[in-house]
Amino acid sequence: MIAFLRNTWRGLTSMRTALVLLFLLAVAAMPGALLPQRDLDAGAVEDFVAANGWWGRLLGRLGFYDVYASVWFSAIYLLLFLSLIGCLVPRTVEYARSLRAKPVLTPRNLARLPHHREGHTDADVADVMADTRRRLRGWRLTERAEDDGARSISAERGYLRETGNLVFHFAMLGLIAALALGKMFSYEGQVIVLADGSEFCNSGTYAYDSFQPGLRVDGTNLTQFCVRVNDFTANFLPSGAADYFRADIEYQAGEDLETGTWRPYALEVNDPLRIAGDRVYLLGNGYAPTFTVTFPNGEQRTHTTQWRPVDQRTYLSEGATKFDPPGITDPAQRREKQIAITGLFAPTAVLQGNVLASSFPEPRDPAVAVDVMRGDLGTNSGRGQSIFEIDQRMVEQGRLERVARENLRPGEEIRLDDGTVVRFDGVERFAYLQISHDPTQVWVLGFAIALVLGLVTSLTIKRRRVWVRATPITDDDGNRRTVVLLGGLARTDQAGYGEEFGRIADDLLPPREPEDVAERGVTTGRET
Amino acid sequence: MPVDETLSTYSDWCYGSAVGVYVLAMLFSLVDQAFGRHGTRVARARELVGAGAPVDPAERQEPASSDRAWEFAGAGAPVEATDRPEPPGSSHRAERARRFGRMAVSLTVLGVGLHLAALALRGLATGRVPWSNMYEYGATLCLAAVITWLVVLRRFAIQHLSVWVLLPVIVLMFLGGVVLYTEAAPVQPALQSYWLVIHVVSIALGSGMVLVPGVVSVLYLVKVRKPEWAGRLPAADVLDQVAYRTTVFAFPIYTAGVIFGAIWAESAWGRFWDWDPKETVAFVAWIVYAAYLHSRATAGWRGGRAAAINIVGFAVMVFNLFFINLVVAGLHSYANG
Repeated sequence: MIAFLRNTWRGLTSMRTALVLLFLLAVAAMPGALLPQRDLDAGAVEDFVAANGWWGRLLGRLGFYDVYASVWFSAIYLLLFLSLIGCLVPRTVEYARSLRAKPVLTPRNLARLPHHREGHTDADVADVMADTRRRLRGWRLTERAEDDGARSISAERGYLRETGNLVFHFAMLGLIAALALGKMFSYEGQVIVLADGSEFCNSGTYAYDSFQPGLRVDGTNLTQFCVRVNDFTANFLPSGAADYFRADIEYQAGEDLETGTWRPYALEVNDPLRIAGDRVYLLGNGYAPTFTVTFPNGEQRTHTTQWRPVDQRTYLSEGATKFDPPGITDPAQRREKQIAITGLFAPTAVLQGNVLASSFPEPRDPAVAVDVMRGDLGTNSGRGQSIFEIDQRMVEQGRLERVARENLRPGEEIRLDDGTVVRFDGVERFAYLQISHDPTQVWVLGFAIALVLGLVTSLTIKRRRVWVRATPITDDDGNRRTVVLLGGLARTDQAGYGEEFGRIADDLLPPREPEDVAERGVTTGRET
Repeated sequence: MPVDETLSTYSDWCYGSAVGVYVLAMLFSLVDQAFGRHGTRVARARELVGAGAPVDPAERQEPASSDRAWEFAGAGAPVEATDRPEPPGSSHRAERARRFGRMAVSLTVLGVGLHLAALALRGLATGRVPWSNMYEYGATLCLAAVITWLVVLRRFAIQHLSVWVLLPVIVLMFLGGVVLYTEAAPVQPALQSYWLVIHVVSIALGSGMVLVPGVVSVLYLVKVRKPEWAGRLPAADVLDQVAYRTTVFAFPIYTAGVIFGAIWAESAWGRFWDWDPKETVAFVAWIVYAAYLHSRATAGWRGGRAAAINIVGFAVMVFNLFFINLVVAGLHSYANG
C-alpha cells in the first residue's frame, strides 16, 4: 500500500507527468475560447444549446459552458498544483544544501571537458593561483592541493539560476492561491445611473441591476460609498465611431458619508474611480427617453427609463417605459389600465418610409417610434421581467393590447381613445457602471511580478563551472615553468558559455603563440 | 486628432515596398539555399556572418583576438560536420550563390527600414501608436520577426535559411495588406490608454519573435525525420539551439505582455482576467511554450518532441491572431477599428 502511494506520488511529481498535465490544461482551456461561456454571455449559451439540440444539452451537462468552473478543469489544475509542490519541495531542500556545499573536485582530465585550454607561464604555482582568485572574484571557489606540488581551483557561478527558477514556481503557486482566495471574497455588480444627478449607493445588492457575489459574499457588509452622476459627455467621430466618454460624478465614502461631503471625479473608460477598496468603472452609456402620461382624471406621471442601445454605431435603442395608473386602488381594475410605451429611440432620426432608424449617435434630432400598450403588464404576477421589454405572454393572452402606434419628436403627444395623453418630453443620458471588489488582486499582481523576475533570472543566468590546475614542471632548458590547464562546463545550457570561458582563458593564460592559433578549432571546444 | 491622409498614403507605399523588397530578398536567399555551399570551413562560416553584421576587417584577419570568434567557431563547427562532398567544378557557381545570399541579407535590412518607415508614418499620420488594429498589429509582429531573424544571423551563420523565415512573414504581410487593411483612424475610447503602448508592443514582440523558432523547429523536424530532404540544412543541434535561444528570449517578453494585458484589463474592463477568448488562447500558448521549456529538461522529450511542441506553440499563436480575432467575438474584437 505504501509502495503504491509512493509510486503514485513519484509518478505524479515526475517531469513527464507535469508535461502531460500542462498539455491537458492547454487542451482543456480551449473549449472556453471556442464555445460560448455562461459567465460571459448567458444568452449566447442558450442560443447555442437551442441550435444544437441534444448535442448542445450534452455539452451543457459536461460543463462545457462553464469550462473554468468545471470539475475536469479544476481536477487538472489541482493535479498540476500537487505535481508542482511535489517537484518544488525536494528541489528547495537540494537548493538549500547546494548553497552551503563547496564546488566539486577538479576532474583529473580537464581536456575532456566541453571547454578547455592549456598554457605555459614563467610564474610559479602560487602566483597563478592568486591571479585566478583575482580573476574569478564573485565566483564561489575552493582551492585544493594536488599531487606533485600542483594546485587547483574549482569555481562555480550562477546559483541565481536555480533561485530564479524556484521564485518563478513559488510565485506561480502563490498566484493560484491568491486567485482562489479572490474567487471567495470578491464581488461585482452592474448598475445603470441616469446622468441627471441620480445617485447609487453601495448599501446592498438590491441597489444593483445585476450582482455576482464571490463564494463567501452574502451581499451584506458591502463597502459603504455613494456615487452621483451629474453629467455625461460623449464625443463621436464623423463616422459615428466613439472617440471619448466621460461621466462627471461625485462620490462619498468613509467619513464623507457622515459629513455629507461630495468629492468630484471625472470617470472615464480606462480610468476607474478607486474608493475604499472598491472600483467604479464606466462600462457603457445610452439614452433614457422621458415620457409623461396624463391620465383621464388629470393626474400626470413622468418616467425616465433607460433604453438599451441595439446598435453601437448609431445608438438606436429599444426599451419599454411602464406606468401604473394613479388613483385606482382596486388591483384588478388597475391591471386593466396599466400603460407601457415600447419601441425604438433614435438620437438622430431618419425615417425610411415610416420606419425609424438612426444615422448618428449624438442626440441631434431625437425621435421615438412607439407602441402604446394598455392592460395588464404582468408586473404583479410575481415573475421578474426585463426593464427593457414588455411581457409578450400578456400580449399573446390578449391581456395587454396595443392602443396606438406613432412616431414622436420631443413635445409631440398621442391622445388615446379614453382621453389619456402620452407625451415624449425629451431624452437623458445614462451611465452604465460596474462596481468591483477584489481584495486579493494586489497579491495576484505581486506574484505575477515575482513570476516574471524569476523567469528572466532563470532563463538568462547560466550555472557554470571553471577549473584551473597549475602544475610545476622543469622544461628542456632546465627552467622552472608552470603548466596552466583550464576547463569549463555549463551545467544547464552550454549555449554562450564559450564566450565567457574564452575571456577567462584569455585573461589567465599568456598570449598564445601563432602556432596555437592554428589549433584553435581544437581548444575552443564545441558549443552544443 | 484628424488623420493626415498624405502621411498615411506614404505609409501604405512604404508597406508595399517593404513586402516587395522582402520578396526579392526571399528569392535571392532561395538561390543561396538551392546552390550555395555552407560552412565547409570554420573560417567560411565566420565570413558569412560578416555579411549580416558589420565586422571590422582587422578582426577578420585575426580571429583569435575576437570574443565573437569563439561563438562563430561554435556555430560553424557543427555545420562542417554535415557538409556534403563537393561536386567537382561547382565551386564557382556556389560562390556566386552565396553572394546572392549576402545580397538577400542586405535586402532584408533594407526591407526592415521600409517596414519601420511604414509604421512610423502611420503613427505620425494618426497621432497614436501604430499598432491599434489588426493590420497594424500584424505589421508590427512581422517587423519583430524579421528583426529577430537578423539578430539570429549575427550569431549563427545560417542566412541561407532566410527564405523559410521570409516566406511566412510575406504571407502574413500580404494577408495584412490585402484582407485586413484598415484605413488610418483614431482609436475608440477603450483603447485610449498608455497600456496600448506597453501591452500591445510586448505581445507583438513576443509573438513576432516566436515565428523564428517556429520556422526553425519545422526545419529541425525535417532534418531529423527526413534527412534525405535536408542536405542543405545546418546540423540539427544548430537548429535546436537557434529555436531554444530565441524562445528563451521571447517567452519572458510574452509573459510580461500577458501580465500587462491583465493590468490593463483591470482598469478598462473591471477585472484583470475574464477568460475572454483572446486571453484564453494566449494562456494556452503560454502553457505550450512553458511545456517546450520543460520538455528540453526532460529525458526522452528533447529534440524532436520539443521541436514539435514549439511548432504547436506557434500554431496556437497564429490561431489566436486570425481565428480568435476574426471568427470568435470577444472583448478583444478591435480588428476593424
